[in-house]
Amino acid sequence: MRALRTPVGATGAGLLATVLLLAVLAPVAFGDGAAAVDTDNLLAGPSAEHWFGTDNAGRDLFLRVLVATRLSITLALLATAIAVLTGLVLGSLPWLLGPRLGRPVTALVNILVAFPGLLLVLSLATVFGVGARGAVLAIGFAGAPTFARLCQTLIAGIAARDYVAAAEIAGLGRIRILVRHVLPNVAEPLVVNATIGAGSALLAFAGLSFLGLGVQAPAYDWGRLMQDGLAGVYLHPLAALAPGIAVVIAGLAFNLTGEAVAGALGVTPVVGPRAWSVPARSTPARSPAQGEDLVLDVRDLAVAFPGPSAPVTPVRGVSLSLRSGEAVGIVGESGSGKSLTALAIAQLVEEPGRVTGEVTLCGTDLNDGGHHEDLLGTSLAVVFQDPMTSLNPAMRVGPQLAEVSRFHQSLGRRAALARAVDRLRAVRLRDPERAAQAYPFELSGGMRQRAMIGMGLMGTPRLIIADEPTTALDVTVQKQVLALLEDVRREHGTAILLISHDVSVIGEICDRVLVMYAGRIVEEIAAGDLHGDARHPYTRALVAAVPSMSTSRDEPLATIPGQPVDPAALPPGCAYAARCPLATDQCLSEEPALLDGVACWRAGDPLPMEQTKQVSV
Amino acid sequence: MTATPAAPAPPTTGAPGTLGGRWTQFALRRGGRLLVSLFVLVTASFLMIHLVPGDPVRAALGMTAPTELVEARRHALGLDDPLLTQYLDYLGGLFRGDLGESIQTQLPVGETIGRRLGATVSLGLIAFVLALLIAVPLGVCVAVATRRGRRQRTSLGFASGSVVIGSIPDFLIGVVLVAVFAVGLGWLPVAGREDGAASYVLPVLALAIGPAAMLARIVRVEMISVLESDYIRTARAKRLPARRIHLVHALPNAVTATLTLGGMLLASMVAGTVLVENVFAWPGLGSTIVSSIVTKDYPVVQGTVLVYGVIVLLVNTLVDVALAVLDPRSTVGEA
Repeated sequence: MRALRTPVGATGAGLLATVLLLAVLAPVAFGDGAAAVDTDNLLAGPSAEHWFGTDNAGRDLFLRVLVATRLSITLALLATAIAVLTGLVLGSLPWLLGPRLGRPVTALVNILVAFPGLLLVLSLATVFGVGARGAVLAIGFAGAPTFARLCQTLIAGIAARDYVAAAEIAGLGRIRILVRHVLPNVAEPLVVNATIGAGSALLAFAGLSFLGLGVQAPAYDWGRLMQDGLAGVYLHPLAALAPGIAVVIAGLAFNLTGEAVAGALGVTPVVGPRAWSVPARSTPARSPAQGEDLVLDVRDLAVAFPGPSAPVTPVRGVSLSLRSGEAVGIVGESGSGKSLTALAIAQLVEEPGRVTGEVTLCGTDLNDGGHHEDLLGTSLAVVFQDPMTSLNPAMRVGPQLAEVSRFHQSLGRRAALARAVDRLRAVRLRDPERAAQAYPFELSGGMRQRAMIGMGLMGTPRLIIADEPTTALDVTVQKQVLALLEDVRREHGTAILLISHDVSVIGEICDRVLVMYAGRIVEEIAAGDLHGDARHPYTRALVAAVPSMSTSRDEPLATIPGQPVDPAALPPGCAYAARCPLATDQCLSEEPALLDGVACWRAGDPLPMEQTKQVSV
Repeated sequence: MTATPAAPAPPTTGAPGTLGGRWTQFALRRGGRLLVSLFVLVTASFLMIHLVPGDPVRAALGMTAPTELVEARRHALGLDDPLLTQYLDYLGGLFRGDLGESIQTQLPVGETIGRRLGATVSLGLIAFVLALLIAVPLGVCVAVATRRGRRQRTSLGFASGSVVIGSIPDFLIGVVLVAVFAVGLGWLPVAGREDGAASYVLPVLALAIGPAAMLARIVRVEMISVLESDYIRTARAKRLPARRIHLVHALPNAVTATLTLGGMLLASMVAGTVLVENVFAWPGLGSTIVSSIVTKDYPVVQGTVLVYGVIVLLVNTLVDVALAVLDPRSTVGEA
């Protein structure tokens, strides 16, 4: 099994094999030695002859710990079997009985699960009586609620599947469906949990025997040995500790094995050692655009992440600049690197991602190693895609906005909150006082996105980066949010960098459009020229994919054939060549540079008939 | 009481207005659950004595006890009456604070419990607070230090260390502590509660260390997943100081999930006192319940289990209330 090859799995399996082997062999091999009485060495400490010392009858403690393995493990496994079987019955009942009769069972299981196991064990031990038999029953039944809850959840999941419904319609009885279709499917997680459960049962048993309620002399398990040892803890503590260590090791053996198998059945990516270094890519550097009103200047921006063999660079050599009051759009399919470009500009890419290139915001080089938190906090605002998840759910909206002013503009709590209310009014939220008092979940999606924009307006932003700000919203709300951004731009001369996969959203408020594909800008074009004057075949395909009022309804909508390129496996030539109807041998072997606003060997060439027909509409 | 809409209400319909309604609903629902659990607990503890195979009084007093004595005790316990009458008597007794009397000593059970409750509750409470004080800062620090695959070794060390410590039973930790600090170094008393604060140190540690390790693990996992969430990205976009992002934005969101999982752990700490008390000969309920089980003094066991159960229910309820305060969403729609 793959799970057992991980370090944890291998350790667990190795321990478990040893423990089980001891359980089988130790009583046979050492049974006599463990019972041998050495009257010269009563309650002796560790010695060469007796590694862990002796007990009050002079019996060797090391051998006794080994021999006790069988009883300890057997009892734990018996108790686990009772817990699993009882749990299975209790857990199947709600489904077998149907919702009405099943509900009380579910409720009872829920109440029992909330009680600590030990409390149930003690109550049941009272009923079943002191001794090994009583303890097995007590620990078994006390463990049942946990397994019942597990089975119930598992069965409910399986029962919702089509083949169970089909079997029901076919007239099979519920018990038959349970045995034939449901149980085989819950067996795997159940066995894994039973393995972990056996570890817990082992500890519980040790506890019970330690309290004197479990195994009774002359029989002995680890817990019993611990209790005997505790009496002599003054003389030599190892007598109490040695069996305890055995309990822990055996418990870990079960737990680790179970958890390793559980981990392997789910999906847990393991982060291994990975190579580092951003490949040097020579992109023709544009001369830095100068000017007083240049808000953002980005040159040769690249973002790399460690990959299994070589670093993956989802953003490669992006250069762009924005003037005050300008609205620029970045458009591309998902995976084109546009959102990552936005994060990189906002200095929000986290490890292990590495950003290279120059980002200059309002004349300040953000990569000069200095602290630019106040500049970034007040001059740059970022609006994220999903307003449902982008606000802190455990904080009221007002204080979330107010924070910006408290930390970057040194306003007091009250003044900052007043500004927050004012900003919420500025983004035209109805009843801003009340909205400031609300938790995010009490607001609608559109209101939250307004609040996010208001948060950006707490400072005096020169640039708003909006990453798919309308994608998660209803169409009517989309219009309002775009109009709000447009107003902010007009009133305050704020530059807007709008990232979207939707050409029509970009066209609505942007002056210029940057088209991204496979981490590069492939075309830079005035928004007005998108329809008709686009030269890159990818841009033209993106535009054609948007239906307009005049799109013929008889023909299927245009789509771009093929899949976007995986940034981990970039082809040597133009990344779009594989999907491009114009691709030549040159396109497949050489990557075109961004020259005169387009990166394409065949820029502007006419497309084959069936596509031109739709583009020309 | 205003009705709480199932869906999130826009503030125009009155966010503060629905707030009160939400709390009322929460209190009703949570109170209802508490009552049902109490009912199950009381019924179970009543039935316990009746589930014992054979005659519990005979079992308690032994085979050699004279029949007249057994009959007298049976009568005193009301075991001659029909089951329903006994149940009603039991409930009535509970309302008067009467938990019955011991078969062995004939002392009122309530009195015995009352004398020993303080020792157990103080032990559990101090251990609980200590576990939180260790687990939360530790979990947060390790999460921040090891997120996104940083410091693989620290991460692996913490994960394996906390699993190993968390799987050592508390009574074994107790024995180790006694061996090292009481027997070996002689710094602290071996057992008992006569030495004031010093006598608390080892039992509290024995009880707190395991749960603290488990809790720290949960805190770390939750913190790491919270730190990846969109609203933390928003907080970073606001360029707040790292301390504020971690403690004000991330921690409350991690604590809500931690409490949900940690509540079970806290309840199990209550039960853990039973074992730890027996290691340290602590004069609390844990010693009482074990000796009563051995001597088959059923009324005492019944009463003690009931008290333990009530403590657990209170802990669970408190956890839910704390959750509701920390995370306003948890009071909504958890039908």
